[in-house]
Amino acid sequence: MPVSPDIERSMLNGQELKSQKKREEWVLLGLSLPAIFVIALVVILPVGWLFYLSFVDGHGSFSLEHYQKMVEYKSYARVFIATFKVSALTTLICIVLGYPIAYFLAALPSRWSGIFMLAVLLPFWTSLLVRTYAWLVLLQRKGLLNDLAIQIGLWDSPVKLVHNMTGTLIGMAHIMLPFLVLPLYGAMKKIEPDMMQAASNLGASPVRAFGSIYLPLSISGLAAGSLIVFVLCLGFYVTPAVLGGGRVVMVATQITAILEHQFNWGAASALGVVLLLATVLVLYLAGRFFKFDTALFGKR
Amino acid sequence: MINNLKKDARGLFIGSVVALLCSGSVAAEPITVVSWGGSYGAAQDNALFNDASKNSGIEINRESGASMSKTCLQVESNSVSWDLVVTGSGGAAAAAAKGCLEKIDYSVVDVSDFYPNLYTDYCVGSDVFATVMAWNTDKYGEPGSANAPKSWADFWDVEKFPGTRSYRANNVDGALEPALMADGVPADKVYEVLSTRAGIERAINKIRELKPHIAVFWESGAMQAQLMKDGEVDMITGWNGRFDNAKKDGAKVGYTFNQALLDYDCFAMPKGAPNKETAMKFLAEISKAEYQANLPFHITYGPTNKMAYEVTTAPKELLEALPSHPKNVPLMMPVNLDWYANHRAEALELYMELLSE
Repeated sequence: MPVSPDIERSMLNGQELKSQKKREEWVLLGLSLPAIFVIALVVILPVGWLFYLSFVDGHGSFSLEHYQKMVEYKSYARVFIATFKVSALTTLICIVLGYPIAYFLAALPSRWSGIFMLAVLLPFWTSLLVRTYAWLVLLQRKGLLNDLAIQIGLWDSPVKLVHNMTGTLIGMAHIMLPFLVLPLYGAMKKIEPDMMQAASNLGASPVRAFGSIYLPLSISGLAAGSLIVFVLCLGFYVTPAVLGGGRVVMVATQITAILEHQFNWGAASALGVVLLLATVLVLYLAGRFFKFDTALFGKR
Repeated sequence: MINNLKKDARGLFIGSVVALLCSGSVAAEPITVVSWGGSYGAAQDNALFNDASKNSGIEINRESGASMSKTCLQVESNSVSWDLVVTGSGGAAAAAAKGCLEKIDYSVVDVSDFYPNLYTDYCVGSDVFATVMAWNTDKYGEPGSANAPKSWADFWDVEKFPGTRSYRANNVDGALEPALMADGVPADKVYEVLSTRAGIERAINKIRELKPHIAVFWESGAMQAQLMKDGEVDMITGWNGRFDNAKKDGAKVGYTFNQALLDYDCFAMPKGAPNKETAMKFLAEISKAEYQANLPFHITYGPTNKMAYEVTTAPKELLEALPSHPKNVPLMMPVNLDWYANHRAEALELYMELLSE
């Protein structure tokens, strides 16, 4: 059966389109090669090396001794629990504090929100160490806060605000807050104010309108922010080390202790591997509740 | 204006080329000397490094953050940039066992006047220090006064000496010995008891008993000083020189050498140090009595070179405050490096268990 000229033309066109698509794919691949190369160099290779080291003993042969030790001594399990606990609590505090801040910023006219945004960002640009030690000065036994509170009669003897979990959480929440507020603000800024007005017009109470419209529309930003805060917290070293006073031992602290005092790369690598796997697991589980790809890449 | 700038730039360029050529052929490259922060590094700068550099003509790069683990990392990754590194005696022994250190050339470094136990094949003693118990003198009185704490048993006695304590964080060095002495073990039996797992656990349990009163675990000598200056804790373990310097800065702090742990710091050279020969000469220079004699003026750590006691101009009271002074040595218990070589890893695991509770 002879092919009609129309179909023939469209087939030719189809082939042309196909090869064009192929070419485009190659160009895209070529363009992203540098990025792939960099990721392989700074992520995949080192993580692979970490895995390798964690399975090698002091004599260079394959061994599970580093993982066995994690089971043998209770400190490892405790340190992991403490790490996830501190990270989860910090994230929670950041959500409670950060949501109203982002809401406030998004509701302000832009020239005002710029000024208030600066207030959120300014500490962000200050050195982490400076902020951490500033909290120490404020919170310690004879620190500014205790002195002031005793002078005005709020309490009579110094309250223990630092060198414990309280101080660690205060410091970490302060440092992490911008990481939550920024993506959340971005998501809230995209919500049309008209939608809330429409909801009220249709008779929804402010609480109902917030619950059915504002919250679901901002949840992607909230999820992204919480995710960033939680993951950053897992590897945190300086702030818990300074404000925890040795009572809050997190994975990073334990890794430092093993490296500094035992020179044992294998054991430290094993800790790193377990932390990485535990993080991936937690993210996978969380991903079943939230669509992180939506949150992170804005796909609908 | 622009022309001037250009001229300057040209001059600078020619200058730097000339300098580069010269440095290759005439002057030796500066060596990198790494010490710790706070008053310790400053004391070494003032007593040893600056003058020795001037007198020997050896230029030095001074860096802080000395650590044997970083040294081993440099050695294992073939990227050694350090020439001389300060370390505790135990750290040096561990790093040497891992093959991270260069042997000291004792035909260059003269240790004939050194105390015999204060140098090894891989490190040359720089100073003698003591791990002591220190306290807030406003709270418990001046050292030597009738009611002041005197022994590790007093450190543990929170009824007689109510208040907060501070103890070592994340490192077991010098942490178990005091606990056993507080538990009634005589100083000369401490390492015997610690040579079994049960003995280590006995020490850990004793610290566990005190833990509710330990408000802060300290990480560094600088932190010991800061905690006492701020009045954050009432009684603390730590290195005697740090407390003397904190006192000079106005801290209300005193300490006793009674039952203290006698230990030393030393200089080690990473295996494959880039300027090995020059650094060895510099090590020989700073080990001379004339420089060590100045150390007590800056920090109360004792010289390792006996001759330093002869040539120093330091007053008698200052010399008597040094841990290696003959008057103080009998009060203390020398740290046993063999025990650390054999048991440190296990002890650290058990100590970390206690800290993570």
